[in-house]
Amino acid sequence: MAAKDSVREENHSVGAEQLIVMKGGSGKPLLVLHEELGWPGWMKWNAALSERRTIVTPLFPGFGKTPRAEWVVNVRDLASFLARFVREQGLAPIDVIGFSLGGWLAAEMAASDPNLFSKIVLVAPVGIRPPEGVIMDLFTVPALVYLRESVRDAANTAEYAALYDGGVSEAQYEAFEDARAQTALLAWQPYMFNPSLPNLLDGTVKAPTLIVWGRDDKVVPISAAAVYQKSITGSKLVTIEGAGHRPEIEKSDQFIKEVQNFLG
Amino acid sequence: MHIMWFTERQYHYDPETEAAKSDLLENQILRNRSFFGLPNKNFDAETGSMLLNQYIDEKVYSEDLGFDGLMLNEHHGTPFCLGSVMDVEAAVLARATKRAKIVLLGNPVPTVANALRLAEELAMIDLLSKGRLVPGWVRGAGSEQLANNANPALNREYFEEGVDFILKAWTTPGPFRFEGKHFHFRFVNPWVLPLQKPHPPIWIPGLVSPDTVQWCAKKRFPYIALATQLEPTVELWNMYTDQAAREGYQAGPENFGYLQPVFVSDNQQRAEELGKRFLYGGAFAHFARPEWMFPPGYNSKEATKRLARLAAGANLPGKPITDVIGEESDAEIEKLKQNVYATYDKTREQLQMIAGTPDYVIPRLRKVLEVLRPGIFSFWLDGPVGAKDRMRCLELLARDVMPALRETGQQLGLVDPFQRRPGSVPLAAGRTAERVAHPDMLSASVAGR
Repeated sequence: MAAKDSVREENHSVGAEQLIVMKGGSGKPLLVLHEELGWPGWMKWNAALSERRTIVTPLFPGFGKTPRAEWVVNVRDLASFLARFVREQGLAPIDVIGFSLGGWLAAEMAASDPNLFSKIVLVAPVGIRPPEGVIMDLFTVPALVYLRESVRDAANTAEYAALYDGGVSEAQYEAFEDARAQTALLAWQPYMFNPSLPNLLDGTVKAPTLIVWGRDDKVVPISAAAVYQKSITGSKLVTIEGAGHRPEIEKSDQFIKEVQNFLG
Repeated sequence: MHIMWFTERQYHYDPETEAAKSDLLENQILRNRSFFGLPNKNFDAETGSMLLNQYIDEKVYSEDLGFDGLMLNEHHGTPFCLGSVMDVEAAVLARATKRAKIVLLGNPVPTVANALRLAEELAMIDLLSKGRLVPGWVRGAGSEQLANNANPALNREYFEEGVDFILKAWTTPGPFRFEGKHFHFRFVNPWVLPLQKPHPPIWIPGLVSPDTVQWCAKKRFPYIALATQLEPTVELWNMYTDQAAREGYQAGPENFGYLQPVFVSDNQQRAEELGKRFLYGGAFAHFARPEWMFPPGYNSKEATKRLARLAAGANLPGKPITDVIGEESDAEIEKLKQNVYATYDKTREQLQMIAGTPDYVIPRLRKVLEVLRPGIFSFWLDGPVGAKDRMRCLELLARDVMPALRETGQQLGLVDPFQRRPGSVPLAAGRTAERVAHPDMLSASVAGR
């Protein structure tokens, strides 16, 4: 099992921009696209999957470590930026897991380049307007409230404290504010969805796709799952009971099993 | 010296005639930990109508009393300001008054999606008032961005580009096409242009943002500090003066304005009691939730770093915007209220509120003028005080206080922007600029003067 301290930081260029990438584990590369509050760090599920896979996690421009790229002002820009990184690294076709905002990015990337991904895992992705309910607004609450609401039961989620060290340090406050500001640039309005995404996905995504959703997601209403499933031909939906927006840490054993079975 | 007065046009009930309603509203604000976000079921349209008319009446009366300027501001979604579209009030004043300047501090440019519309509104007010408009522009509070769905991460860019666009729309012969980073207008040709040429004088209000102070100095716009503490205000004045020197001019009193909370009454004790009501509901911005004060990207990186130090200490978890009413008992709210009002003595000591008879307030106001030396000065009246006491306050300010301040202004050479155009005194390269503020006067005693 690849330990947290074996994760290394790499510095790459994408066009004229810098991109910092976290890498850990060994084996066939697996692309991980992080969520709207930035990369939460190396969790239990990373350690488990990294036994057989090299986990490649680009830290999006403006979300803390990688400097802001001034021209990246919407999700399509960022999707194109990340797709270029994947192609130029010779990684395509690659398996991908995207969480929340990262799931939206994976969907946009897949829609615009069907040859980019071999398998796709979308974990409670934003990007599609839920037919029932609305996506929780990150911009009207402090980051900590958003985090707390992202799990069903914070007190009984062992890895929850790891998301913010159980408090908020100065560095973490700044990192959250960077992430919130960059997410505001990307997805202020419409908030966290692209009205065209179902049409863009329809009939274009060839890669086998697994959609994972916590039954009690308070951030992205689970009603959006059905739209994703319908838009991506042949996709499979797994609903995780007793989990909110972060099944990967709330029900990590089940999450790991589902993803390992799917990725093979 | 240009003397004006200001009020936020608060939605309130008079505690002396409607104590229960006043208490209830204040408790709701305290439970909400903010004026912003208070559910509008607490708004009674009859009361709103009565108050808006009262505020217009006060402004009209104060022109008769001899004030030079009538200052307005704009806020959204909050009971502390009924002026949610300030230009409407300004248009009324343009016709209902004859002499005083109509000073707008200011239009929150980023929250107005259409800067051309703003240019046209202001031009109309200038025409209707026969050239008495002084427009001013602000970024808007954090909460304003949420209330108007204006992306806070682009706030400063919207502000600077919007201001440049408005000035261009007023001064560049149309039609022309404007393609900015954020604002796009394919056919700019406003028929109605301001009366004042090349455009009305621009004043910019602010709290503590160094970025805005430097921007004002570059643009030669007077900067009006909104009741900021004296010491940091001196630092900002110095920053402005230094930037002005780099721009090749000597800043003077005409480049600065100051807003001073006051309450004046015939009786010292009564004045102190009424002045205390300024702290109602936590005294405006001092009692606001961080998620509404600092929406994503609203602050510069430097400001975020400063906040990070505070956040790490206080670790305020806040509450979701939809969960506005807290569960505190009335006793807990009462305690919270007492804590707020317990700051009153310190507020007075620091001259953040000067409440008293004319004899009491005059030497203290003199001290403020001696330290800051502003060419523009505005009294600030707020808090839930009945119309009669407010009118009396205005009368005493005009009859007793204003003449004394004018005299002080003369003695100190406090020229205003109408007497000397801001930025019109050249400073040769390499020459050291004279500082405008006199911080050595901070420690001067006011007693017995």
